[in-house]
Amino acid sequence: MADLDERRDEYRDFAPAGGSRLVDGLRAYRLIAGMWIRSTMAYRASFAMTVFGNFAGTALDFVAILLMFSRVDELGGYSLGEVAFLYGLSCAAFGLTDLVLGSMDRLGARVRDGTLDTLLVRPAPVLAQVAADRFALRRLGRITQGLLVLGYALVVLDISWTPLKVLLMPVMVVSGAGIFAAVFVAGAAFQFVAQDASQVQNSFTYGGTTLLQYPPTVFAKDLVRGVTFVLPLAFVNWLPALYVLDLPYPLDLPEWVAFLPPLVAVACCALSGVAWRAGLRSYRSTGS
Amino acid sequence: MGTGRLYAAVAAGGFRRYSTYRVATAAGLFTNTVFGVVLAYTYIALWDERPGLGGYDQAQALTYVWLGQGLLSAVAVMGGGFEDEMIERIRTGDIAIDLYRPADLQAWWLAADAGRAAFQLLGRGVVPMAFGGLVFHIALPTDAGTWLAFLVAVWLGVLVSFAIRYLVALSAFWFMDGAGVQQLAVLTGLFFSGMVLPLNVFPGALGELARALPWSALLQAPADVLLGERTGFGLLRTYAFQAAWAVGLLAVGRLVQSAATRRVVVQGG
Repeated sequence: MADLDERRDEYRDFAPAGGSRLVDGLRAYRLIAGMWIRSTMAYRASFAMTVFGNFAGTALDFVAILLMFSRVDELGGYSLGEVAFLYGLSCAAFGLTDLVLGSMDRLGARVRDGTLDTLLVRPAPVLAQVAADRFALRRLGRITQGLLVLGYALVVLDISWTPLKVLLMPVMVVSGAGIFAAVFVAGAAFQFVAQDASQVQNSFTYGGTTLLQYPPTVFAKDLVRGVTFVLPLAFVNWLPALYVLDLPYPLDLPEWVAFLPPLVAVACCALSGVAWRAGLRSYRSTGS
Repeated sequence: MGTGRLYAAVAAGGFRRYSTYRVATAAGLFTNTVFGVVLAYTYIALWDERPGLGGYDQAQALTYVWLGQGLLSAVAVMGGGFEDEMIERIRTGDIAIDLYRPADLQAWWLAADAGRAAFQLLGRGVVPMAFGGLVFHIALPTDAGTWLAFLVAVWLGVLVSFAIRYLVALSAFWFMDGAGVQQLAVLTGLFFSGMVLPLNVFPGALGELARALPWSALLQAPADVLLGERTGFGLLRTYAFQAAWAVGLLAVGRLVQSAATRRVVVQGG
């Protein structure tokens, strides 16, 4: 395997001159993603159906919430508008990450059948290649749907806006996407160890976004503690959104935690970056 | 080899094949459990607000959550059964080889899918139910008769699920890439099987419609049997409903298959 490492280093030297690793990565990502978009367009009828499917599929969760509210006026003390606010923010942040990194769960399959070797010998960062693999434009459906629900919430809710709250909205979505990105990358790193376990990643990514669509008051205290202090998903939308809505925080947290999401996102991404490097170094190919 | 023995061997192969992926099964169980927990808390909030919603008490609603997670793979609501492979064989043209084998195409895949369902019923069904039972207050029947009646309803549900997915797979003869149709099928299945919310909670005409469509045979029907809502004549009516959809959809599958094999040019060189 020293062999592979050497070869990887060799090719690194052939990387486009002058560019940093980040620029190389973004360039490779753009090229691979563009290729996948062209490839998808070969089957246009199927593409149209998958875009609609992605939109409708993710909207299904909101339809379930609407059906619930056709029978009740409040869920966990939250009105439909307030739940829609949480839902829209969770979907927008997750949708952004899903569009960019949504194929990371295929890494396990690549480790199992050895096709990751191909990525290692190409003169481009492996993370960019894995992330762009099977880039799927249909995932715009989820973002669109989340933003529509968020728009609905903003129309029906009577929020007392301050400049700080307005600023917090885009910051929240971008930081939330960053936190989810860390979960995707850490999940991919875990697949180096357990190749068939891509489903575990799904339970933190898709499961996480589903959890955040509902008010924190619905869940048991220990669960809320877990997603605040252990896997900090609560910073994606719960805490900042409750600040915007002027609603009480779970666990008696202080008010300033609403402004932590950017810091939490940076810390999570740094940690998952370390995990990714460790995972990649432990890769031993299939041996055949 | 006798026909019966052939299909039994195919089914056994299906069972063994899925039982090989132990890590994937464990990972799937983990995911089912996480989603079950999230759903269970939302259902508690919902039934706290409206006790007796849809004719279920809270314990029954929670049983429904964990049953849904337990049956998700067996009735293949999210896909992941034989259809991926069949679509790939249609796309590459390998289906031509299958068509001149001395075995019936539909029966072959049904046997393979039954083997898969049997494994996933055990491998993916028992643990979520047990976890739900330990962590939440759920209402499971104590008499063997109800459990037996439930198992019959589950297998009828698997049959209906197969019949639907066979039609989905056949659509690849016309579309070549099955992804679009598959995704639409998963969506419709998730919503109308009651996996998102029990169908008896759906309001008015939407509820009537949802309960009449074939997908209600996948989860709602077995759930109602397990929760003791269907006994005697009601139980027979549930079985008849499931069996009618199974027979009807399997027959449509055969018609579509003969149309596909007569009119469509097989891929490949």
